[in-house]
Amino acid sequence: MTNKDIDSVTGVETTGHVWDGNLRELNKPLPRWWLYVFYATIVWAIGYWIVYPAWPTLNGYTQGYLGYSQRGSVDKQVADAKAAQAKYLQQIAATSLEEIEKNQELMPFVIAGGAAVFGDNCSPCHGRGAQGGVGFPNLNDDDWLWGGTPAQIERTITYGIRSGHKEAHDTAMPRFGLDGILKPNEIEDAAQHVLSFSGKSTDPAAAERGTKIFADNCAVCHGENGKGNQELGAPNLTDGIWLYGGKLADIEKTIETGRGGVMPFWTGRLDPVTIKMLAAYVHSLGGGK
Amino acid sequence: MTMINRAVDIAPDTGTAEAAPGITRVEVTVPTRAERAGRSYTSRDKIYPKLAHGTFRKVKWAVMVATLGIYYLLPWIRWDRGPNLPDQAFLLDFANQRLFFGPIEIWAQELYYITGLLIVSALCLFLVTAVAGRMWCGYTCPQTVWTDLMILVERFWQGDRNARIRLDNSPWTIEKIWRKTATHLSWLLVAVATGGALVFYFRDAPTLAAELIRGDAPTLAYVFLGIFTATTYLLGGIAREQVCIYMCPWPRIQGAMFDRDSLLISYRGYRGEPRGPHRKGQSWEGRGDCIDCKACVAVCPMGIDIRDGVQLECIQCALCIDACNDIMQRIDRPQGLIAYDTFRNLDAASHHERAPLRLVRARTVLYAALIALVGGVMLAAWLSRSVLEVDVLHDRNPIYVQLSDGGLRNGYTVKILNKTHATRTFRLAVDGLEHAELSIVGLGAGSPAIDVVPDNLRALKVFVTVPAAERDDLKGTTTPLRFAITDVNDGTTTYHETMFQGPSHE
Repeated sequence: MTNKDIDSVTGVETTGHVWDGNLRELNKPLPRWWLYVFYATIVWAIGYWIVYPAWPTLNGYTQGYLGYSQRGSVDKQVADAKAAQAKYLQQIAATSLEEIEKNQELMPFVIAGGAAVFGDNCSPCHGRGAQGGVGFPNLNDDDWLWGGTPAQIERTITYGIRSGHKEAHDTAMPRFGLDGILKPNEIEDAAQHVLSFSGKSTDPAAAERGTKIFADNCAVCHGENGKGNQELGAPNLTDGIWLYGGKLADIEKTIETGRGGVMPFWTGRLDPVTIKMLAAYVHSLGGGK
Repeated sequence: MTMINRAVDIAPDTGTAEAAPGITRVEVTVPTRAERAGRSYTSRDKIYPKLAHGTFRKVKWAVMVATLGIYYLLPWIRWDRGPNLPDQAFLLDFANQRLFFGPIEIWAQELYYITGLLIVSALCLFLVTAVAGRMWCGYTCPQTVWTDLMILVERFWQGDRNARIRLDNSPWTIEKIWRKTATHLSWLLVAVATGGALVFYFRDAPTLAAELIRGDAPTLAYVFLGIFTATTYLLGGIAREQVCIYMCPWPRIQGAMFDRDSLLISYRGYRGEPRGPHRKGQSWEGRGDCIDCKACVAVCPMGIDIRDGVQLECIQCALCIDACNDIMQRIDRPQGLIAYDTFRNLDAASHHERAPLRLVRARTVLYAALIALVGGVMLAAWLSRSVLEVDVLHDRNPIYVQLSDGGLRNGYTVKILNKTHATRTFRLAVDGLEHAELSIVGLGAGSPAIDVVPDNLRALKVFVTVPAAERDDLKGTTTPLRFAITDVNDGTTTYHETMFQGPSHE
């Protein structure tokens, strides 16, 4: 230490660095305990390397004495969560859908679980709140194509609609226009007749002409009064709810093309208990019968 | 490395062992001011505080007994809250997310009361600091109280200042070993008792005490007992003043809290200087009252010289006042050479004037007003605190549902929180839409009884339907609506505003 620089005011040695020509920093050492804590952290780090995974190697990393891994920790948490759910899932499997809805202990689990499953699998078409859209039914209302009891909902989810599964709801509306069954003017008359069920026909004469067309072509499924038939998935044409729109043009388009929307089957993709939970959830949305 | 510049006494050495006739000059460096340079660390000069005698020492003993007494006794006070609830007056029941303070019970979601309490505490600290400096540090801070207690224990086993210095400088004899061992064991004992008292705040004290004696207390209790034992032993027994100097942020904030009218422990330099030993028969004319006996340095638990003025290290414990007053009495000079005084008065006194004490000034008035404001808000919030909490959430997706018969339906989640300790039964009704029909998922239509078990939250899915024939009741897209929740037992009804949504045009 040849160039010891002592500050003249305090008599304390400086660090030797000079800033802006005259600023010097006093060399005020750390408290001893502080330094020892610093050494202790180094010792701690060495211990940590031994106990926990720390250093990359050419083909992996040092595993550490405890063999800890974050992935393993997550796996354990998932397993724990599954184990915690098991008791509810067993109960759901053993309880009828009607009983589940009355079960105050089970219902919060069903709602939470059902909402999660719905969000993952159903919401792309039916919407996050099951509010539906054109071509995709609103599951909150009381208008059901294939029936709104818990059991009917469960069946629809399990096998789907025109999904290709042999148990699926499979009936479809003919493509009256595209297949040349009805002429365009007949389609318009039939559409006017359909509108007349809810008193919205714009052309009473056309609606009158449509009566026979409807009776010959539509009443088989939709019924003489247009009340529909859930056995065949034929919508009620007298209410205020229209899957593909309730304007004249929408209805004409429906008659022309037959629509024929598809819902996939979920059996095989979701296990029966999950489907049951989903059915109870959908039924609880408010429109369930 | 060169050892250089060990700062020694601030006053020049006058070459005498007597500060005044009959008064020994304490040979003391100012430990906290001692500097080391050129080394990677600075070792600490151990402080050997001498026992002071006087008013402030007595006050500090009393404060120590009071604070430790409150701390140790509080968990043992009982408070009957009825069945199924703890009967401990002060209990931080983390397991059940409740804090109990006598008649006050705070739930996890009401922790803002604690925030308010902390704000009021901070403001009180500001106010006290503005008025009389570091009263908190000097008298009531746990670090000060426990350090004082640890020094008391040390003094019991090793004697006062001089005996302790002698012991530390002596070789390791049997006597030194047993005195040191006894000291550390006693510290550990104090530390265990301290940790024990703190864990009693978190679990029923008598139960936990029995568990600890039997050895079957929860692991967490032992862990925290260990942590508090270790910290008390380390911070109170070993680290002492270093906690205040290096770890605590408060001394660094002080500068903004004091002003020229704060009462701070001050050496009255105008009276004391020029200092120096006083010879027998020497006149007091033309010299200061300070005989440079260093009694004030010897008693200081922080190892500083108060005559250097207000400094970061000074916790203002007032022991130097006691020490100096004792000396002043013996040399027949007026007491109060070191005393609580304000900068303003010290300045005035150096011009032979007096500055009156100004307790009411902008700073103190502001702090007091803030304390009153926050306290008032907390009190109002507490008095209007309801034992029933209801939240009504309107469904956002879908906002409304068109039913097949032309009716409209809205969905709501109604959460009812029962904060009492008995099951309560409620009935829900809609107010604002005459023909609206209400139904609750799982409970049915109409106005079914809703049981909410004690200390619990029940979330209900509620549907309100306006039939097609009554859609004229609706006022545009949004119709104000409120839920009436009636307690079946006492008939009280609370209302919660929400709305009924419909399509934008018919």
